[in-house]
Amino acid sequence: MALVALLPLGYLGIRALERGPRAALEVLLRDRTLDLALRTLLLAGAVTAACLVLGVGTAWLVTRTGLPGRRALAVLLALPLAIPSYVAAFTWISTWPGIAGFSGAFIVLTAVSYPLVLLPVAASLRTADPALTEVARSLGLSPWHTFLRVTVPQVRSTATAGSLLVALYVLSDFGAVSVMRYDAFTTGIFTSYRASFDRVPAAVLGVALVLVAVVLAVTELRARGTADRHDRSARATGGLVGSVDPVRLGRWKLPALAALGALVVGATGVPVAVLVRWLTTRRTELDLPELLDATAATLQLAGLGALATTVLALPVGLLVARRRGPYVRSVELAAYAGHALPGITIGLALVFVGVRLLPGIYQRTPLLVLAYVVLFLPLAVGTIRAAIAASPRALEEVARSLGRGRLAVLLLVTIRLALPGIAAGAALVFLTVTKELPATLLLRPTGMDTLAAEMWSRTSVAAYGAAAPYAAMLVVVAVIPAVVLDRVLRRTRTRVDAAAAGTPS
Amino acid sequence: MSELRLEDVDAGYGSVCVLEGLDLHVPTGSLTTVLGPSGCGKSTLLRVVAGFHRPSAGRVVVGDRVVADRATSVPPERRRVGIVPQEGALFPHLTVAENVGFGLRRGGARQTRVDELLELVGLTGLAARRPAELSGGQQQRVAVARALAPGPAVLLLDEPFSSLDAGLRADVRAEMRAALRATGATAVLVTHDQEEALGMADAVAVMRGGRIVQHADPATVYLAPADLGVARFVGETVVLSGRAGAGVVATRLGPLPLVANGNAPTGEGLAVLRPEQLLLRPDPRAEYEVLDIVFHGHDATVHLAARDGSSRPLQARVQGMVPVRSGDRVAVAVHGTALFYPVDDADDPVSRGLLR
Repeated sequence: MALVALLPLGYLGIRALERGPRAALEVLLRDRTLDLALRTLLLAGAVTAACLVLGVGTAWLVTRTGLPGRRALAVLLALPLAIPSYVAAFTWISTWPGIAGFSGAFIVLTAVSYPLVLLPVAASLRTADPALTEVARSLGLSPWHTFLRVTVPQVRSTATAGSLLVALYVLSDFGAVSVMRYDAFTTGIFTSYRASFDRVPAAVLGVALVLVAVVLAVTELRARGTADRHDRSARATGGLVGSVDPVRLGRWKLPALAALGALVVGATGVPVAVLVRWLTTRRTELDLPELLDATAATLQLAGLGALATTVLALPVGLLVARRRGPYVRSVELAAYAGHALPGITIGLALVFVGVRLLPGIYQRTPLLVLAYVVLFLPLAVGTIRAAIAASPRALEEVARSLGRGRLAVLLLVTIRLALPGIAAGAALVFLTVTKELPATLLLRPTGMDTLAAEMWSRTSVAAYGAAAPYAAMLVVVAVIPAVVLDRVLRRTRTRVDAAAAGTPS
Repeated sequence: MSELRLEDVDAGYGSVCVLEGLDLHVPTGSLTTVLGPSGCGKSTLLRVVAGFHRPSAGRVVVGDRVVADRATSVPPERRRVGIVPQEGALFPHLTVAENVGFGLRRGGARQTRVDELLELVGLTGLAARRPAELSGGQQQRVAVARALAPGPAVLLLDEPFSSLDAGLRADVRAEMRAALRATGATAVLVTHDQEEALGMADAVAVMRGGRIVQHADPATVYLAPADLGVARFVGETVVLSGRAGAGVVATRLGPLPLVANGNAPTGEGLAVLRPEQLLLRPDPRAEYEVLDIVFHGHDATVHLAARDGSSRPLQARVQGMVPVRSGDRVAVAVHGTALFYPVDDADDPVSRGLLR
């Protein structure tokens, strides 16, 4: 299973070194490469810092203060996760064309990815034992010192993990930077691939991007491990969670509300308002049959992608949930590594695999579905694993002692109980496939246009009016599985990582 | 129903040995409680019998069938060993009736059997409920009915009452005991609660360090514990150092008669009494003083110390009205016989520390 993820990457590496390490090194040291790297790191650094401040601040405001309407605000603040970065970018640039470039990319990526910090930090603030804060106050610390010495350490590793996710998101993002016409690593790879028949530069850049992404992902995994341990030891042991008196903001109440309001308007309000405006005023440019074709293609690909990924993820999820040991650990890590792989590099790697090794399916649906499997297997495995691990082992043991064999127990108890989680995993993959852009652009069968691809190609020639219906349809198509997913997760209380919800596009 | 026999069983996880040369025999139709502190291997013992954990040595025999030894390990589904885990572990996606019927073959007899068992545990009206709609005690009763449904040879209960409220526990315990009696089940119940172990079972097996240190009827375990460790685990003790000889042990409370059990110990050792054996009488010239009185409702514990500080504090248990107050001087008399453990029997550091 891990091979499925690693084989294309290995092949990417082979292609990068095709003309020897000297040639590869030469590509890496070009001014253009260094320039791209610098610009990407600059963007990632700026967005991460902004998201850290916004994420921790908003998390604290919505969980620990007496801000009016904070529950509704918490929901509104998480919404941007559902908006693909290139749709958000489209709405901004079509309204204010002047922000193209760094400032546009910075605004849009910050607006769509701060929930990656907000959600985990808010969760760990909610589960943390309020008694800890109360004890600190009773030991003579002021509210501000309590925040610094008790609350901040409680969320530090969670916030670190969230920030690394943001950095990973920015690094892998193709949609927003290409719409904002900001040259980053991902767009550089794409242009280099499109512009010349020489595949070596694209492959070298792809490998470099993967290496940086994997380093970030491993660091994130470590930070998250620490965060989980903290959460477990800080979790309320008996007292009523949330029974702590909220912090009174006093004269800071209005500024705080204004800041949160501005964030909601910028991150969710702008995209929604702009889409509505385009749709209500520019009807003439709508080509309905083409829109329906693209919708059908998107649904078909998402369905196939979700099916294939879920079927392959089920055995991996079972294995990692129920067994322990170094082998299982490495399967888990390999599956997790996929989460770090930028869509553009997986797309590129599979182009090479398709051209050289599997010409039969190159530029045909199976190869694209394979790309989705490689990209989104970790999502499905994560959800399935959580669902299986949530049902107590004692249930399986009881079923065995009641005379049912291994296979019957697997079907009647283990899989039956995990079914909502498995369905949630499938819905998540479906949702994510509909939004996927770079791999789809590289691998889609000739003549097959998805909503994302249509929208992107219209936006890239500044035909914003023509792009709007596709953007709107994309949101509609993505909302349906999101609602299903939300229902299922609420009912079964399965935990899905914020990482799973926000995948770069 | 049939007997259960474990012979010289070793089991562990990796290099850690949890069971070491464990022997246990549960006769047909009897209920044995396995009593031991947390971490003594009780749960591992049940897992070995149920077939979830393979022993590294020894034999497990159910009825006349060897279910585990060096060569064989019968899978759990073919052992005919029922299990009631902690917290019940009911299948959340099935109704009460479906839970109880889980181990039964499809067919007309299934429904009859389910009804029969629900009646046995007093849940007839609740067949269509989901586990989430039941109270903790009801869940526990469904778990027992489910385990009994296929007619297991042996039933295992893993601390089945530990998650229930104290008030509820006594009722559920009594009902379960009646249900087990009614089916004539051979059952093993593990617990760390002495009251539960002594009050429910035909026999109590006290477990320590991965083996059974005493297996007898509840009264014997309480009144004639095999060693000081067992004595201290199954109830409160008053431990006095003394010298034994000629059927009595000389202690600072005077010569105490020893239990006449055939062997006549001699030499230095520890005399053990239960706190309820100490009788207190106010006496302004006596050598003991009341330090503190802890009231329990049905009785009270009186803590005493020698006025000259020459011995460890003692505890007496007094029923009804307490005739003394804190600071009073009291004379101490003993009724009944004492237990005596020679010094070399003082097997754990704690009891060695008691010798002073």
